[in-house]
Amino acid sequence: MFEYAPAPESRSVVDIKPSYGLFIDGKFVDPTDGGSFKSINPASEEVLAEVAEGGAGDVDRAVRAARAAYEKVWGPMPGRDRAKYLFRIARIIQERSRELAVLESLDNGKPIKESRDVDLPLVAAHFFYYAGWADKLEHAGFGPNPRPLGVAAQVIPWNFPLLMLAWKIAPALAAGNTVVLKPAETTPLTALLFAEICQQADLPAGVVNIVTGAGETGRALVEHPGVDKVAFTGSTEVGRAIARAVAGTRKKLTLELGGKAANIVFDDAPIDQAVEGIVNGIFFNQGHVCCAGSRLLIQESVADRVLESLKRRMAQLRVGDPLDKNTDIGAINSAAQLARIRELSEAGSAEGAERWSPPCELPERGFWFAPTIFTGVTQAHRIAREEIFGPVLSVLTFRTPAEAVEKANNTPYGLSAGIWTDKGSRILWMADRLRAGVVWANTFNKFDPTSPFGGYKESGYGREGGRHGLEGYLNV
Amino acid sequence: MSERVAVRKTYKLFIGGKFPRSESGRSYLVQDANVSLASRKDARDAVVAARAAVKGWAGATAYNRGQILYRAAEMLEGRREQFVALGVPGDEVDAAVDRWVWYAGWSDKLPQVYGGANPVAGPYFNLSSPEPTGVVAVVAPAAPALLGLVSVIAPAIVTGNTVVVAASPAAPLAAVTLAEVLATSDLPGGVVNILTGRLSETVPTLASHMDVNAIDLTGVADADLAADLEVKAAENLKRVLRPAPVDHDWFADPGITRMTALLETKTVWHPKGV
Repeated sequence: MFEYAPAPESRSVVDIKPSYGLFIDGKFVDPTDGGSFKSINPASEEVLAEVAEGGAGDVDRAVRAARAAYEKVWGPMPGRDRAKYLFRIARIIQERSRELAVLESLDNGKPIKESRDVDLPLVAAHFFYYAGWADKLEHAGFGPNPRPLGVAAQVIPWNFPLLMLAWKIAPALAAGNTVVLKPAETTPLTALLFAEICQQADLPAGVVNIVTGAGETGRALVEHPGVDKVAFTGSTEVGRAIARAVAGTRKKLTLELGGKAANIVFDDAPIDQAVEGIVNGIFFNQGHVCCAGSRLLIQESVADRVLESLKRRMAQLRVGDPLDKNTDIGAINSAAQLARIRELSEAGSAEGAERWSPPCELPERGFWFAPTIFTGVTQAHRIAREEIFGPVLSVLTFRTPAEAVEKANNTPYGLSAGIWTDKGSRILWMADRLRAGVVWANTFNKFDPTSPFGGYKESGYGREGGRHGLEGYLNV
Repeated sequence: MSERVAVRKTYKLFIGGKFPRSESGRSYLVQDANVSLASRKDARDAVVAARAAVKGWAGATAYNRGQILYRAAEMLEGRREQFVALGVPGDEVDAAVDRWVWYAGWSDKLPQVYGGANPVAGPYFNLSSPEPTGVVAVVAPAAPALLGLVSVIAPAIVTGNTVVVAASPAAPLAAVTLAEVLATSDLPGGVVNILTGRLSETVPTLASHMDVNAIDLTGVADADLAADLEVKAAENLKRVLRPAPVDHDWFADPGITRMTALLETKTVWHPKGV
């Protein structure tokens, strides 16, 4: 491996306050019962800030503020004016993108090159895209007069904190809804900075409310009788609980849940490109990606060549300081997630798969996990069935395209899939048969605000992004 | 000369393209006819038949599916008097025929209306297409007996789903007679399966069945039962269509939402380059 001097991005661009309140009705306020929790930097375990923990009373205040804003301001406002607020927000995000990127890497542990070059550009693009829809809803293909739903309750995960916020808030506001959003408890800081951006944009009070907290806060929000829409991104287990909680109500529900994507490499694939795609598919964002290509299916005849090349490439990955511009793999987001990755990896070894990681020095403090592959994995192994949500790849082989389809679809999940082959007709044949919402052919982990994203089967329902993304926020 | 003794019809279930009696051997009396009282086992058998039919039906061309739905309209038109004899008003039969025709035309148009190319910011081909979700359980509305039934079956199957329909316990004769229409429409066996009997027996089994992808609760009138079924459906995250409002106008333009609610959107990316 080449020796690089450290190239850290400066933290001075970010001004983290010692403590944050809840953002309700346009103002930061203290929680009613005074609870709080700490958000830490997973790369150092240093406390970044103390954050208010919203209780049921706070959720109620936020929902009321959102309702009032919906009825008095945001609902009646012409679409072209809603659009202008969203364009303003998109611009401020672009202007403050470095600050947001550094804060995201500090709070989440993801490499700065990803927060800077992937997350932030997509966040701004998402607001820009949906801004343009706000005054064109009657042309979106949902009939002549689509109406907003009202107040949207939105609960988002910690893997792409600001991007998931954008995926939730931008279409909701464009369609004319107001929102109460709960960020994940380990990554609340960029959402709170986003609240400041709403203030800077002079967004009317109550249109966006941010209530920080953990599972109980989320439950109070989702179950609040005053919300008309629930949108959740996170684990399938919690998604199921939410689907039960909204049963029998009028609440419209969209869920973007777990995945166990197959990344399928045929013998005619360009091996070097495929290996880049495999690495991107599973090690991007430490593998904390619901659509990660966590099951590698290699055609038997090229399995040895692909694995040899993959291992060589993995040995070049730099694991360490998320703020270092050369870092490829940052910190695992939390101690709890690290424990889960370790537990499943140990199960992989115990069930007979062969574990390999490149030589890799991990920092002493913080939460770290070396990029890891398991070979000799069968479909019965836990590491082939359960979502690990970490930098751990399970490798299986196949002989025929039909077998590849069979194995790829042998999962309750159906979020994404990858195909690597030079043969166009085979790509389309495979794409038709893979039960997954996103199919990347000769590429992987590509995202765009115009491109609908979401799963089949137990990966959830509804789509985010594109024209389809409006549907979850309209009464259609 | 004695008067000719009429040959009566036996009303049975419709599963996998065949007309079996309930495996339970039970029946109940409706309009002087003994109608099969489907069991939980019948419901599970119907799901197996529906699952087996998915590959062929979803894989059929849109043109072919449209032709078959249109054929159902033709067959229904020819059996108009049978439905009238069961008490279905003539204008309702006409509307049901027209509804088959209307949905038949959607088979090769919905993918264009509901999918399309996405202008991503990079050198990629990117296309979103709707696909059937798979096996759909449907609770048919009690009234209008025929039009309501056609209005929940046609939008589910036109896109390539297969269905297990729990017919309204009060109106099973129209449902079984519609099965006879479908059996003569070149519809592959298993695409539509119809259960008669008590909703309380069959529908909870369908709602909690792990090989059912979606459930349409349109005909569930009891709000508590609907909520309970939705809870059961959450176990494998079935797509759920909630009950229709009691004042729903079945004669009005149905729109496309009954079709789109039972579709998945698949988006395929590929790089452009030389």
